[in-house]
Amino acid sequence: MTIDFGNPNRPNSYIGRTVPRPNAPRLVQGRGRYVDDITLPRMLHLAFVRSPWGHAKITAIDTTEAAACDGVRAIFTGQDLLPHCTPWVAVLAHLKGLKSAPQHALALDRTCWVGEPVVAVVADSRAEAEAAAALVNIDYDELPVVTQIRTALDPETPVIHPDLGDNLAFRREHVQGDVEAAFASAHKVISASFKTGRHTGVTLEPRGCLADWNPAEGKLTVWQGTQAPHMIQTVLATHLGLEESRVRVICDDVGGSFGIKVHVYPDEVATAAIAKVLGRPVKFIADRLESFISDIHARDHEIDGRIAVDENGKILAFDIDDWTGIGPYSVYPRTSAIEGNQVVNLCGGPYDFANYRARTSVVLQNKAPTCQYRAVGHPIATAVTEGLVDLAAEALNMDPAEIRRRNFFRDDAYPATSPANMRFEGLSHQATMDKLLEMMDYEALRRDQAAAREKGIWRGIGLASFIELTNPSPFMYGIGGARISAQDGATVRMDPDGSVVVLSGVTEQGQGTEAMLSQVVAEGVGVRPDQVRVITGDTQVTPYGGGTWASRGAGIGGEAALQAALALKGAILEVAGAMLQCAPESLSINDGQIVDLESGAGRMPLSELGRVVYFRGDTLPKGLPRELVQTRHFITMEYPFAFTNGAQASYVEVDRETGFVKLLKHWCVEDCGRVINPQLVDEQIRGGIVQGLGGALYEECLYDEHGQMLNGSMADYLVPMAVEMPDMQIAHVETPTAESLLGAKGAGEAGTAGAPAAVMNAINDAIRPSGGRILQMPMTPERILRAMGTLSD
Amino acid sequence: MSDLFQTETQIRLMVNGQKVKARVRVGQHLTDFLRQELGLTGSHAGCEHGVCGACTLRVNGEITRGCLMLAAQADGAEVETIEGLTERGVIADLQQAFVHRNALQCGFCTPGMLATAADLLARGGVPGREVIRDHLSGNYCRCTGYEAIIDAVETVARARAEALK
Repeated sequence: MTIDFGNPNRPNSYIGRTVPRPNAPRLVQGRGRYVDDITLPRMLHLAFVRSPWGHAKITAIDTTEAAACDGVRAIFTGQDLLPHCTPWVAVLAHLKGLKSAPQHALALDRTCWVGEPVVAVVADSRAEAEAAAALVNIDYDELPVVTQIRTALDPETPVIHPDLGDNLAFRREHVQGDVEAAFASAHKVISASFKTGRHTGVTLEPRGCLADWNPAEGKLTVWQGTQAPHMIQTVLATHLGLEESRVRVICDDVGGSFGIKVHVYPDEVATAAIAKVLGRPVKFIADRLESFISDIHARDHEIDGRIAVDENGKILAFDIDDWTGIGPYSVYPRTSAIEGNQVVNLCGGPYDFANYRARTSVVLQNKAPTCQYRAVGHPIATAVTEGLVDLAAEALNMDPAEIRRRNFFRDDAYPATSPANMRFEGLSHQATMDKLLEMMDYEALRRDQAAAREKGIWRGIGLASFIELTNPSPFMYGIGGARISAQDGATVRMDPDGSVVVLSGVTEQGQGTEAMLSQVVAEGVGVRPDQVRVITGDTQVTPYGGGTWASRGAGIGGEAALQAALALKGAILEVAGAMLQCAPESLSINDGQIVDLESGAGRMPLSELGRVVYFRGDTLPKGLPRELVQTRHFITMEYPFAFTNGAQASYVEVDRETGFVKLLKHWCVEDCGRVINPQLVDEQIRGGIVQGLGGALYEECLYDEHGQMLNGSMADYLVPMAVEMPDMQIAHVETPTAESLLGAKGAGEAGTAGAPAAVMNAINDAIRPSGGRILQMPMTPERILRAMGTLSD
Repeated sequence: MSDLFQTETQIRLMVNGQKVKARVRVGQHLTDFLRQELGLTGSHAGCEHGVCGACTLRVNGEITRGCLMLAAQADGAEVETIEGLTERGVIADLQQAFVHRNALQCGFCTPGMLATAADLLARGGVPGREVIRDHLSGNYCRCTGYEAIIDAVETVARARAEALK
C-alpha cells in the first residue's frame, strides 16, 4: 500500500497537516491528570531523608522521635528495604569496560552524593511525612569526596567504590585514518578547550509515582510520570521479585520529561517496594528542592579539541578528547556512558573528512548522577565541532558559511558513512544551509552587524550545522542486554459507531504524540482525526513498546499506527465488499464513509458497517473475516539510527559594559524527513532551541569542593524566561527515510542539539573586536566579561 | 507540634463563587488546600517557593502565587482557580487561542500561565510582544520556548480590541 504524499488534495490527507491536539482542550481547562492529581483510598505519602554529605559513612540511624510523630505509619532504612528490593548495576554489554557499583533503593551503609535517599518516612500526608523526616537522626562519618573531573583518575584521588579499582567508569577511543599525519601536514591547526556546564531538566512537574500493591490479586499497579512505561514495568518486576505480568504501569498526563523521566530512580523504586510491604497505596512526589539534587543532571563535560585544515578550508582532521563526570553511579538501566559515547559518535558529524580521533573518559564523582537529557551528547558534540570550525574559519579569514559549504557531505553523496562510523541514509546539509542563509538574509544581517559595530554596538552572527540521531534500533540499548524496546506497536480498532481507537506503546509527554497518532490513523483508515480516540501509557492495555526517547515516537510509533490503520482499512473493506456485493478493491474509505474508489461516490457510512458486524453478523457470509481490530509492530532494520540534520543561526548583541547577551533572533532549518504535523514539529523545535539556550546561557548546577550543590532552588538555578527569549523562525527540508511508509524521522531534540553552538558562535562573533573568545557554557555575563578581558581579577 | 501553638484554624472563603468552610492546618499553603481538600487539581505545585508560577490563581481579583499564601490567610477571601475561570467562560477565547496556536505542550504551567495572561489582557489594549514577554516572565514554561504563548496572547488582545471597535 502506498500513500501519494505528493498530492495534498488526496482523500483524508491528514499526514502533513496541522491538526489540533485532542488532549489540549483538557489541559487548558485544568483538567489534566498528573500523578499528584490521583488519590486512592487509604493512600499514604512518602518523604525521604536525603544525604546532606557528598560522601559519608552511615554510622547510626535513630528513627524513634520520627516514629512517634502524628500520622507516621512506617519508616524504612536501607537495611529495612533490603529483603524487599534487590540492587542494580547499570552497565550495557556493548559499552565495553563500562563499570558501576551496586545501587540500592535506599543507601545501605554509605552515601555517595548530596541528595541520595537514605530513609523513607511514610505518613498519612506529605506534610506529616516531611515533619517526621526532619526528626530522623542519622550519624555520618564524612569521607573524602571526588568533585573534579580531570583529577578523578589521579593516584592521590580517593576511589569512590574501592571494589571497582578506580574512578574510571568507561573509556572509549575511536580512530579513523592517520590523524597525526593529517595534523603534521595541515596548513592550519587550531586547538581549543571547551566546557559545558552540568545542568538538569527542571521538568515543571516534579518526578513522582503512586504505587498500589493488591495482595489479593498479587498485582502491583504504579501510576508514574514516565517516558517508558514498559521499561518501568520490567525494572520493578525484576527488583521487587514479581513476574512482569504482575506489574501494571499507567502513565497519564506528564508535566514535561526531556529525558529526566526515562530513568530509574532509587526513590521511585523504594516507593513501589514500600507499597508492596505495606499493602497500601503509597505516593511519592518530589518537591522542587529534592528534584534539583535527585533528578539526573547532564552535560558535565570538559573537552580538548583540535581541527586541521588545508589552505582552502578543507577539514583534514578532528581530534577530540572528552572528559565527563557522571556522579557516583551509572544510572539504571540506560547507563551514564551514553552521553560521552555520543560525543565520540557525533563530533564532526556534518562534514566529509578523512581523519578522526575521539576519546571519551567517563569518570565517577560525588555529585548527583548524570544521564540522558534531551539531545544526549549532541549539544556538546555540536558546540565543539562548530566552535572549532568557526575558529578555523577565523584563522583562514574565511566566512563561516563558506567553510561549512566546502566541507559538508554533499546532498547527493548518500548513503554515506562518517569517520565515526555513523551510517547516513540521506541528509541535506547543503540545502539546509542554503535555506537558512536565505531565510535569515545572511548578507543583510552582516551589513546590519557592521553598521552596528560602527556605532560601538557589538552584534554577532553564529551558525551551527548538526546531525541528530533518531529512530534508534536495538543497537542503542537492546544489543547491550537491556530490556528496552526499540520496536513499538499499535492496535487500531473500529467500534460499532464507526469511530476508531488507537492504542499505542509510545507515550505523550506534551509533545503531541496523541495528535500525531490521531492524524496518522485518520489518514490510514479514512476517517477524521476527531473520530480517532488515542490511548497510550498503560502496560496492561497498549501493545508492547519503548515509549518516548531518542526522538522515536513519530518515526517508530507513528509507522506502527499507520500500518495497523491500513490493515484495519483492508479488513473494513473486505466486510464492505461482502455487504455491497462488490470487490473490496473497488472500494475505499473517505471521511468515515465507504466510497467507490473510482468515483468517490458514497456507498455506506462506517456506522452502518459497524452495526451489521457487531449486531447482525448473522447476515454476513459464513467464514467472512470480520476482525475490525488490527495490530502492527514496527522496527527499523536497515540502519541502526535514522540520522536527521539541520542548521541553526543566532543573532545576538553583547552589552560591552555588563556582558549581558540579548538574543535578537534565532533561525532553524531542520530535516526530520516527512513532517506529519507542521505546527507540532515547529513547536518541538522552538521548545528545544530554548532548552538549548538555557544550557548555553543560564543553567548550571554549581557545586563546591565538598560536593554540595550551591544553587538547588528555582530562585538560584536560572532557566529561560519569556522576556529573555527571542522569536524563532523555523523551516524545513524533507528527506523522508525509506525504512518506513511514513518516512518520518525524529524532531524533538534538534533544537537543543544546535542552539548552544549557534549562540556560542554568535557571542564570539560579537566580541571578536576584544580579541577574546568564550568556549565555556553557560556563557554568563561574568564569563563573557572575562573572555573580553574587561574583568581579570 | 507543641500544644502551645495553634496548629489548626477554621476558615471561611469563597472559592469559584461557592462558599467554603474548612478547618485547615495553619502551615498549609493555599495550593495544597485547594488541591487536597477541595479536589481543585488544576492549580499545580511546581516549586512551592514562589518562582515558577504554576500555582498562579486569583485572590480577590489579583493574581497570586497559591504556594506563597497560607490557606489560613485566605479566610474571607474570594479565590478563583482555573476551574472557576473556565466555568465562568471569561477566558474561553484565551484558552481557544492556546489550543489553536499550540501554546502549551505538557500543560503543567498552563493554568498559571492563563491566569497571568488574563491579568494582562484585562488591562485592555494591545500590548506589544515585549510587554507580553515581560508580564509572563514570572511563569516558567519548559516546553514551548514561549513564542507560541506570546503569539496566542497577542492574538486574543487584538481580537478583543477589534471587538470593541
